[in-house]
Amino acid sequence: MHTAAGVEACLPIRSDMDLVWVRQHVRQAAAQLGFGLVDQTKLVTAASELARNTLVHGGGGQMEATHLSSGGAQGLRLAFTDEGPGIADLDQALSDGYTSGDGLGMGLSGARRLVHDFEIDSTPGDGTTVRVTCWAARPPRPREEA
Amino acid sequence: MSDAYSRPVPGHVPVLRLGDVLLVTLQGDLHDSTAQQLQQDLAETISRTGVRGVLIDISGVEIVDSFLGRVLAEIAAQAKLLAARTVVAGMRPAVAITLAELGLTLPGLSTALSTEAGMELLTQQTPAYRPGGPRQESP
Ligand SMILES: Nc1ncnc2c1ncn2[C@@H]1O[C@H](COP(=O)(O)OP(=O)(O)OP(=O)(O)O)[C@@H](O)[C@H]1O
Ligand SMILES: [Mg+2]
Repeated sequence: MHTAAGVEACLPIRSDMDLVWVRQHVRQAAAQLGFGLVDQTKLVTAASELARNTLVHGGGGQMEATHLSSGGAQGLRLAFTDEGPGIADLDQALSDGYTSGDGLGMGLSGARRLVHDFEIDSTPGDGTTVRVTCWAARPPRPREEA
Repeated sequence: MSDAYSRPVPGHVPVLRLGDVLLVTLQGDLHDSTAQQLQQDLAETISRTGVRGVLIDISGVEIVDSFLGRVLAEIAAQAKLLAARTVVAGMRPAVAITLAELGLTLPGLSTALSTEAGMELLTQQTPAYRPGGPRQESP
């Protein structure tokens, strides 16, 4: 059976060192839940984009990882939260190529394409939370060795 | 045949010189600051040595996000201004699939499937009009 141990965590996002920990945690959690290599890579890349936004635009915050299980399928939900300036125009922020800084403006819109479910909650002046969910295509390791 | 080899220091990517080409091997998970340092180091090394090519081996890189993608594109752009070509070699299939879906197509970045193929691309660029074919300037 799959336990939440090693999957569920709450990690701070305060420096580019923390971005490395976030990526490593997501990689290891996704592998543990039976995600294939391509799906792992997509989720880690999405997490890297969102964590960097939390750091750069949100002034720092945290990522919470949660294990989901539905009808034998394993899922991973990642919530990125900050108490930064928030996003006034979500449609604009989510469009390809829009950046308020000097980025490529592909992070938010690209991360949305890389995951199965994408939710964004933002109040100007209060902060931003982005929640993404991915499911492992196949149930992980059906054998007793798991 | 290799001078200019810097020791692997944490947070520092070694740049190896092979004749007319600088070889950089990226491994594992790079900090943002390490990638930016590399960008700066490469510009300085190209202008100091006058090499004509930069080969960046990313076969050991597990993810390329928009930040690293932008750094690679900027390295290629600045190398071009310093009269050097850049080839990014060995991208993992999972990384390529993810980058395309992310929407990062990185135009202006030349790629090769392996470092060998990348080296060939960079060393075959002898101007066709040069009479007498390719000539070795120095041993
Ligand atoms: N957590 C956040 N808090 C406040 N604003 C945000 C946050 N995340 C994204 N934004 C806004 O949405 C815009 C688009 O984000 P996106 O990640 O797509 O681009 P970027 O970060 O500017 O560039 P990059 O391509 O390097 O990621 C940002 O420029 C910023 O204005
Ligand atoms: Mg971004």
